[in-house]
Amino acid sequence: MKSQLTPAHAVSALLIALCAAVPYLASALDEPFYVIVFARIMIWAIAAISLNLIMGFGGMISFGHAVYLGIGGYAVGILAFHDITSAWIQLPAAIGLCALVALVFGVICLRTRGIYFIMITLALAQMVFFLSVSAERYGSDDGLNILWRSDFGSGIVDLEDGAVMYYTIFAVLMGCLFLQWRMVVSRFGMVLRASQSNETRVQAVGIPTYRYRLAAFVIAGVMCGLAGFLQANLERFVSPDMMNWHRSGELILMTVLGGTATLFGPLVGAVVFLLLSEMLSTITIHWHLLFGPFLILVVLFARGGVMGLLGSRTTRD
Amino acid sequence: MDYVLLIEQLLNGFQLGIILFLMAAGLTLVFGIMDLVNLAHGSLFMIGAFVGGTLTLVTDSLVLGAVLMVPAMFAIGVLVETIALRTLYRRSHLDQVLATFGLILFFNEATRLIWGPEGLAVPLPDFLEGTVALGAGITYPLYRVVIIVIGLLVALGLYLLVARTRFGMLVRAGASNREMAGALGVNIPVLFSLVFGIGAVLAGLAGLIITPITQAAIGMGEDVLILAFVVIVIGGIGSVRGAFVAALLTGIIDTMGRSFLDVVLLLFLPPNAAESAGPALSSMLIYILMAGILFFRPQGLFPPRGATAAP
Repeated sequence: MKSQLTPAHAVSALLIALCAAVPYLASALDEPFYVIVFARIMIWAIAAISLNLIMGFGGMISFGHAVYLGIGGYAVGILAFHDITSAWIQLPAAIGLCALVALVFGVICLRTRGIYFIMITLALAQMVFFLSVSAERYGSDDGLNILWRSDFGSGIVDLEDGAVMYYTIFAVLMGCLFLQWRMVVSRFGMVLRASQSNETRVQAVGIPTYRYRLAAFVIAGVMCGLAGFLQANLERFVSPDMMNWHRSGELILMTVLGGTATLFGPLVGAVVFLLLSEMLSTITIHWHLLFGPFLILVVLFARGGVMGLLGSRTTRD
Repeated sequence: MDYVLLIEQLLNGFQLGIILFLMAAGLTLVFGIMDLVNLAHGSLFMIGAFVGGTLTLVTDSLVLGAVLMVPAMFAIGVLVETIALRTLYRRSHLDQVLATFGLILFFNEATRLIWGPEGLAVPLPDFLEGTVALGAGITYPLYRVVIIVIGLLVALGLYLLVARTRFGMLVRAGASNREMAGALGVNIPVLFSLVFGIGAVLAGLAGLIITPITQAAIGMGEDVLILAFVVIVIGGIGSVRGAFVAALLTGIIDTMGRSFLDVVLLLFLPPNAAESAGPALSSMLIYILMAGILFFRPQGLFPPRGATAAP
């Protein structure tokens, strides 16, 4: 991991500084809208980082990753619906549920490879999606409004305060970036990356790759569930749309756009993706007409994503 | 007369299975032969409904519309394959997923631009209205019988095409070993284009055929696409026979689950719980089926012979 400083590092550092400064910049420019935009961007970045862990470093292309956003969100929504607003119940519930679901899905999905894996993760996510659609008690398609954000029971972390909410998201993002880095350079990450490039060989060395891959799958699920927890709190709303398969596609897209298997790629990708869609949608309501071909061009010509263009080498090298 | 309802629902499931088969057949061939994850297959379903629906409205005949749709969809399929997908064959599955996801966004928006956001309704012609008596007090809508018959005919035709013709032989050769087939002088790019065109026609036919019942809408192909994924995963990727069996299985289990699962649950759950668990569980049923089958047979029910599916 010893590498020279590249433009990619500078851009990453700049982005993080920007994320940290947005509330001040927004109030200085009198554009409070940008606080929400960047809070959303950071939440998507957390989700994209979690996907990058399994997809970028582990080669497990999950096309149903948004399901954990939904589960994490619904853990908040459903508990709040029953008047349980304590974060000390909601957070463990979100984490526990995501871990459990990821474990069960992982056991099923990791028996398969390649195309099968992509489609099975998609199908299992659809299953949860339809479950949430059919849950009439919890709003079905219309979703659930959340009256009160998660209550941490202390004066310090009061999520009802906009700035505290923003910096909580920021802190979680930093934590996830750090965790991703520690995991990737550790022995665990080494096994994960090695089993992406040649699993048979890793097994021949005597390492039970299945356990490593499953563990990574569960960790990624929990991390994405955390993003769902934050999203539900930020928007005060959860709906099945959070785990629509389009969301899973967008997550993959952000990660690839930024650069898979790079530490800061998911963050860069989330920023580029969301700002670009924000901009294009102000030009025309038919912005998907431009965005679709743009995607294809990115796939065809910009391999390695933004980070690749900026000269970052993936940690695979 | 509970068995009347049972048989009606069984036929409904059969009909859903037929639609799924038309989708899955093209998808599984494209997967099996070209090793391409084509998410935009659902868009072809939608385009078939809109193009076929427009042709029907112009010619004022559903039959004529369907007949004219076949060359139109074939042309669209070949065009999409040549312009957008051909470069993707050698790319990773991830690239293919992303690029075809981009195609979905494009097609949805293009359809919205051309036909407007409210979709397209195609009336059922008079001679297809009404019901048929199937005996024993069972009547069933004529049009749904027609769907089932058309689907079975297409399945038979596809079987003959794949199993009995020279073209089918090349397709099977391509599915089991692309490089070897190419080395033996098969013109692989042309073969790919033809197969993709056929897949587009089948998907378009499926889209048009249900339009008189549901009407054409933007994004209508996406739910069907995911069900078709389930079907080909259960059936074994690349196997048309597997797609047929799995499509009927999926269609029937899904429909029967939605109609009767709450009744079954009532046998051992209190009414309250059964009423709320029924719809939830029935919408999950086919995914549970898929997970179950994959757990024991990760390659699906009918993995094609000689295919190197799991590297």
